[in-house]
Amino acid sequence: MNGEELTEQETALYDRQIRVWGVDAQRRLSKSHVFVSGLKGTAVEFCKNIVLAGVGSLTLNDDNPVTEEALAANFLIPFDDNMGGGGSLAELCCDSLKDFNPMVHVSVEKGDLSSFDVNFFEKFDVVVISCCSLAAKKSVNEKCRKLSKRVAFYTVDCRDSCGEIFVDLQKYVYAKKKTDETVECQLQYPSFEEAIAIPWRSLPKRISKLYFAMRVVERFEEVERRKPGEISIEDLPNVLKLRNELCLAHSLSESQIPDSLLERLVVSTKEFPPVSAILGGILGQEVIKAISGKGDPLKNFFFFDSVDGKGLIEDISTS
Amino acid sequence: MASGQHVSAIKGAKVLMVGAGGIGCELLKTLALSGFQDIHIIDMDTIEVSNLNRQFLFRQSHVGLSKAKVARDAVLRFRPQISITPYHANVKDTNFNVDFFKQFSVVLNGLDNLDARRHVNRLCLAADVPLVESGTTGFLGQVTVHIKGQTECYECQPKPAPKTYPVCTITSTPSKFVHCIVWAKDLLFAKLFGDKNQDNDLNVRSNDAATSSDHSEDIFEHRKDEDIQQYANRIYDHVFGHNIQTALSNEETWKNRNKPRPIYVKDVLFDEPIQQNGNVDKSNDHLSSLSAMAYLDLKNPQDIWNLRENSRVFFAALKLFFSKRQKDIGNLTFDKDDPLAVEFVTAAANIRAASFDIPLHSLFEAKGIAGNIVHAVATTNAIIAGLIVIEAIKVLQNETKNCRMTYCLQHPSRKMLLMPVEPFEPNKSCYVCSETPLLLEVNTHRAKLRDLVEKIVTSKLGMSLPLITHGSSLLYEVGDDLEEDMVANYAANLEKVLSELPYAITGGTIITVEDLQQELVCNINIKHREEFDEENEPDGMVLHGWTPAPAAENSKDATDNNGASTSSTSKSAPDVIEDDDDLSILETGIETIPAGGQKRKLSDVSNPEPPVDEKRAKKIPMHPENDDDVIVMLEDGNDDISKTTQ
Repeated sequence: MNGEELTEQETALYDRQIRVWGVDAQRRLSKSHVFVSGLKGTAVEFCKNIVLAGVGSLTLNDDNPVTEEALAANFLIPFDDNMGGGGSLAELCCDSLKDFNPMVHVSVEKGDLSSFDVNFFEKFDVVVISCCSLAAKKSVNEKCRKLSKRVAFYTVDCRDSCGEIFVDLQKYVYAKKKTDETVECQLQYPSFEEAIAIPWRSLPKRISKLYFAMRVVERFEEVERRKPGEISIEDLPNVLKLRNELCLAHSLSESQIPDSLLERLVVSTKEFPPVSAILGGILGQEVIKAISGKGDPLKNFFFFDSVDGKGLIEDISTS
Repeated sequence: MASGQHVSAIKGAKVLMVGAGGIGCELLKTLALSGFQDIHIIDMDTIEVSNLNRQFLFRQSHVGLSKAKVARDAVLRFRPQISITPYHANVKDTNFNVDFFKQFSVVLNGLDNLDARRHVNRLCLAADVPLVESGTTGFLGQVTVHIKGQTECYECQPKPAPKTYPVCTITSTPSKFVHCIVWAKDLLFAKLFGDKNQDNDLNVRSNDAATSSDHSEDIFEHRKDEDIQQYANRIYDHVFGHNIQTALSNEETWKNRNKPRPIYVKDVLFDEPIQQNGNVDKSNDHLSSLSAMAYLDLKNPQDIWNLRENSRVFFAALKLFFSKRQKDIGNLTFDKDDPLAVEFVTAAANIRAASFDIPLHSLFEAKGIAGNIVHAVATTNAIIAGLIVIEAIKVLQNETKNCRMTYCLQHPSRKMLLMPVEPFEPNKSCYVCSETPLLLEVNTHRAKLRDLVEKIVTSKLGMSLPLITHGSSLLYEVGDDLEEDMVANYAANLEKVLSELPYAITGGTIITVEDLQQELVCNINIKHREEFDEENEPDGMVLHGWTPAPAAENSKDATDNNGASTSSTSKSAPDVIEDDDDLSILETGIETIPAGGQKRKLSDVSNPEPPVDEKRAKKIPMHPENDDDVIVMLEDGNDDISKTTQ
């Protein structure tokens, strides 16, 4: 054991989880800084989890005003006929999260996600972005990668009853316990841009159909200059057309991206709360692993679809 | 997913949640967000500090308040339009009867102990209400669906039994730290501070049995003319010195073992024994502030104290009990939330460990072992709650065919972190849902009705309000509204040998045991048998057809699993009703044995060895103990499993 000891208060509060990941991990957690942008239901679930776990600080970014829809999916914001009295989503979530765990410093960073430069992200150990455009995912990921220190980068998205998590830990070295000995493991992650650029036909056969479907919808929104989630059943014919074009370009059978799956993703873009809870939980665990250096981190995509109930890890990288 | 049918199924549903702890908080939140309008929630617990790291509906200021009520208020803040009905009560209370259960569309369990889970399972079967069961430990978790006649019930598969240790391992030949903990908690603590009338094996058996029993009778009594320090010294020298010395005289025992070292006060405390100074009196009488550690200025519960420090804690804790908590003495049982009790047990276990050359442990670790504290994190509970709601919605839409049991794994199995499996069919020989008769081998000329009630009906069959009949004659029943003469009659029957009851129970007799609240009826065929093996069949009777955990049969470490338990083991287990939701009723919580027969350490969650269930994929072992059990992992690429996976 090194570094300063946990306080009596911390030991009492974190008793049960210290029994899971140990004092060292708890100490590392309490010194870590996490940034989250895009505060819909799934991101909010994640925030709750890491505030409870006891990270050092959490910085929230989402200038959107509170709408009825946002309120419906958000357990952090008390019901209020005034829709939060003009506060932004980040501001209102911040107030509630502070209350969850007084030992975590929760704050708000105003501004558009795309306006933050490379230096801005240096303050953080973990960056999580949710419900943002393809361009924003690529650009924030690249900014994190330009820094000399490793900033763990994650995206999380939930559409209807489906969800996706992407992880970029760049070069990640960790100790893995095998029965009696400890072995050093090294993982090399591709960036989001690199990962999605991998030709579909070169990916392993039975890869999750959700991976392709999410790429089609994401691409559609970009081409049509839509905001994330700004899509409806009227768009389905054009989405299917785009699917066909992409499949042709990648020499992939169209049956790999069923019409029914795309229809689900297009019809309802609202997050289904149980799926948000599941994704927020998985993402919380991954972030805790990356900060503490304990446990095998996920590489590099996670998919959940409540129709088949499977929570799948897919490694989509060239290495 | 958000189809019209789905929305109306949710809106029209009346849901009962049992448990407002780790899973319960997450579940209540997710139900509310998903659009459920009418939720009832039962939990007898109050909020504790160690809940706050994951039971996110609770705050520091709520400590001591009802979980069910605070959870309701917290959820109504963001969803005031819905109806949440809290019950700060035990789910086993008689007002939660079959009629109560019948009003619900589905029951969702977020419980922490086997006893309550069995009870709810029976009520759901009797009321014909679907049950969604759940449990988590660390990063592991599972959700299962139980629908009468369509899927297996919660009790169709064996459940892990409390781990027990042979009496002699605890009293004379400990080899692991947990043995020292069991000794300190169940024997020494119970002897000094618990019910004086309880049987207790604290004194070691010596060749010369007569002298040791003579000697032991008064040794633990605090004599009137004796100050506390003298008394504490005497106890210390007796249990850590004299008893070890006595044990050493049994030379047979030590032929293949390392000899223990007797420890006396004079060996460890060179200077004056610690003075009782003003510090003690300054502390107020609030239970939680009374601490030997504070008194001795020991701060870090993660530190491992040396023998001398442990001895000082032992004396300080003992003296604090006698000076500040005199009135508790004689009726205490170990409670992991009683800091002084934890300190005393830690110190005593460590001193004993030092005698036997067993590595010492920190208070933090000792508390986990002694209190059966189970690892719990918020993320797993959130995931499991999400899965419960997904299954509940399928149940409400009558999509039984699509229901799955889902395992939340720590390491992916065939790429899956969340692994759905088709539910199993009811076990045709399950005595709970298939009403299959049981067989009891018993010496009907020796066993009393009391033995039958305590060892079988209460502890194994999990009945709380039993009624025993032979033909049309009532032999025994429990209830509030019994006539006085019946009560006297039953009390007399309890003390009678089975074959001498008014309606004699002999070989070939069929008795009926039922629980009126659970509406469970079991027929038991009686088979007379003369002899029972004391070590392997300590109950003096053997029940067949009931599915115990394979702990005793399958464990590799046979010396630990002879089935004999220390005196308080079997008694304490059924008393735990709804403890802190991260507690199990397991005696030690150290190891549970999955039905596959392989042992795995609870503490080893970071690197579990996945036991493979080779026999049949249909029998994936389930141990849905909330926050307290090991979930069996499936080996990657197990072909049998893949057939049942969707």
